[in-house]
Amino acid sequence: MTDDTINLTIDGETITVPRGATLLDAAQAAGIDIPVICYHEATTPNGLCRICVVDVDGGRVLQPACVAECQADTQVETRNTRVLRSRRTILEMLNASVNLEQAPEIQQMMTDYDADGARFPDAQLREAEVIDDNPFYVRDYEQCVLCWRCVQVCAEDAQYTFALTLKNRGHETSVATAFDISMTESPCVFCGQCVGVCPTGALKPKVEWGMEQGWDAREMRRATRRPRKREDGA
Amino acid sequence: MNATTDLDNALDAYSGRGREALLPALWDVQGALGSISPENVQRISHILRVPEADIYGVIGFYTLFHEEATGRGIIRVCADPTCALAGADDALHGVCARLGISEGETTEDGEYTVEHSPCLGLCDYAPAALVSERGMPDKSLPRVTAESLLGAWDDTYFAPAGDAESVMLDASLADAPQTLAQYGDYAALRQALADMTPEEVIAEVEASGLIGRGGAAFPTGLKWKFTRAAPGAVKYVVCNADESEPGTFKDRVLMEHRPHLLLEGIALAAYSVGASKAYIFIRGEYPKATAILAQAIREAEAQALLGDHIMGRGFSLDIEIRRGAGAYICGEETALFEAIEGKRGFPRIKPPYPTTYGLFGQPTAANNVETLCAAPLIINRGADWFCSIGTEGSAGPKLVSVSGHVGRPGVYEIAPGMTLRHFLDHVCGGVIGALRAVLMGGAAGTFLLPGEIDVKLTFEDLRAAGSTFGSGAIMVFNQTTDLRDLLLRLGRFFQHESCGKCFPCQLGTQRQVEILERLDAPHAGDRERLLDVGMTMTEASLCGLGHTAGIAVMSAIEKFPDIFGAQPSVNRAI
Repeated sequence: MTDDTINLTIDGETITVPRGATLLDAAQAAGIDIPVICYHEATTPNGLCRICVVDVDGGRVLQPACVAECQADTQVETRNTRVLRSRRTILEMLNASVNLEQAPEIQQMMTDYDADGARFPDAQLREAEVIDDNPFYVRDYEQCVLCWRCVQVCAEDAQYTFALTLKNRGHETSVATAFDISMTESPCVFCGQCVGVCPTGALKPKVEWGMEQGWDAREMRRATRRPRKREDGA
Repeated sequence: MNATTDLDNALDAYSGRGREALLPALWDVQGALGSISPENVQRISHILRVPEADIYGVIGFYTLFHEEATGRGIIRVCADPTCALAGADDALHGVCARLGISEGETTEDGEYTVEHSPCLGLCDYAPAALVSERGMPDKSLPRVTAESLLGAWDDTYFAPAGDAESVMLDASLADAPQTLAQYGDYAALRQALADMTPEEVIAEVEASGLIGRGGAAFPTGLKWKFTRAAPGAVKYVVCNADESEPGTFKDRVLMEHRPHLLLEGIALAAYSVGASKAYIFIRGEYPKATAILAQAIREAEAQALLGDHIMGRGFSLDIEIRRGAGAYICGEETALFEAIEGKRGFPRIKPPYPTTYGLFGQPTAANNVETLCAAPLIINRGADWFCSIGTEGSAGPKLVSVSGHVGRPGVYEIAPGMTLRHFLDHVCGGVIGALRAVLMGGAAGTFLLPGEIDVKLTFEDLRAAGSTFGSGAIMVFNQTTDLRDLLLRLGRFFQHESCGKCFPCQLGTQRQVEILERLDAPHAGDRERLLDVGMTMTEASLCGLGHTAGIAVMSAIEKFPDIFGAQPSVNRAI
């Protein structure tokens, strides 16, 4: 161990990590799997899905491994009773609000953590109509888990376009454009990065969606045609 | 002068400013026009250089901002427990019936919008309402009825507070806020600037044992010490006056009674940490306290007690009032910083802590109103005097807000250490009826049973009893109280106030309400569902709101198992 490294114990195994490493970095280095939903290498971590929580020294609250830094000489448990209950309950609550049919990674987590997809009967699903307002992609916010990644890449994490925001709050939160204008009216430049970072089927290339709808080649061409340049040159 | 000209003048003043001016700009637009249209969002976007989508997101986050036209007058009736006991629902439904609208609707003639509101901090005058004319909350109404809500809006109230021994409160204030002449010329600040280094002020506050009065009970002197020691040329003091915990109204009374005590406390904090700018972030639902503080700042600046070169010395301090816009979460200090910075009030990940990375990324001392009000007393009378009141773990006078079924609801200054029983029987006029439960600490608190009220009112005794002093809220319920209804109201409060950032709270506050709504006919396993939801929010949420959003329900499961029905336990393996 040098000044630049620290030791800590994860699930009984003592490891040495660089100072400043996150608990997620440390677990990955030790070959321990910690699930993540909102975390993405290309975006600023917000530690908001909390599926990556771990127990550090039996502390009052659990720590989000994606953002919490390793502390020297701590005991970290990534799969104890507290951790498993939180992960399982988060997944069960999420499944009650969001259509996760096209989120295979989260479905796999449901299996891994013994989450009951019907745990919360009579729960309010965040229903939404599919928004098909541009030739490049469609938005189905019924499948949105609110990981924020699309809003982040549209803003300072990548494109500086600021077409997207979050509206309302709490369980009513959704991703939206300003005043819900269409994507073609918004500042969107159709860079596609939001579609690339979406962890579910909430954002989907138009062609993929068309194939699911069973479009033929002619329908596909019509639906994905780029808008004609306007006469005023805009 | 018409509204458009007003608006142009108002927006001109924002030229050259940035995102931090967003909430004030939105208030000005809404105050002039009644709502905030897409066209005005476009104008604000150009002036402050904030993306339109971001402004739209901010409007939707704060419940007192409207993108669509509302009635000329907006009537908001409190729906939280104390007001409900006092007949708030009757007042709300009575008004709606007379106007021929449902809750949340606007009359056809555009005169009225009626909706319910989270706690308005007027629990001592329950049931309470807040009314706005043309979009600006301007009157808090005491003891409302359907009749009074449709008559002339009368906001005359001045809570009596304090007795002969009071030092935070002042019993001589019969019907008006304390003026500067009555208060004196900031003797503690004068002494500090003349005879004490900032370190000496901090040492005195540390020696006093003062701990934060906002609920988290962090040692104040230590917070100031950390902020002073943190690297950074610019530092801030933020007064957290976003008092929104249901059942808590002591900060409102302090601001309405003793504005100069607070301002002097802020000045002492700023001198201590090395700040020349301080913000008072006050909830939008406190129009009276806001006006009183603004007037007091003008008075103090005119006497060189605030502003540039205070008392002719090198220390300068600008105190700016910022109005919240309807979001309990902004009482969380990092969410409060985000609101001042012109963003949605999302709490930040901690660490880093505010003392090193706070408002605008600078070292910041964020303190509750009551905490700051204690500082001048400590400097004037000394740390030893402060310690001599209360107990070792709960030094100094403490304000409590008592509401519900007691003879004299209100704010009381107590010496920590008296029992809850003594307080109820001999201080606040006794319990009306037969005591069923006391909810300590507000919506985020825990229940005490009639057999548990011999606990001493101190931070340490209440903690040891598995309860909390929190912000000093004591809500008293007698045998007539429908506890299921009470829990549902607490659940709805958190569902309404969750910011939506982290999954456990965003989803958990929703799931919790869904189960609380069917307490009369529960599904098998609902008790275990509530415990899993509650524990997941408590252990895995991102901030203090989520950590406490399930506490009252879990406390009720322990203290009142009957109300959750006799049902087979599912006992799922964890």
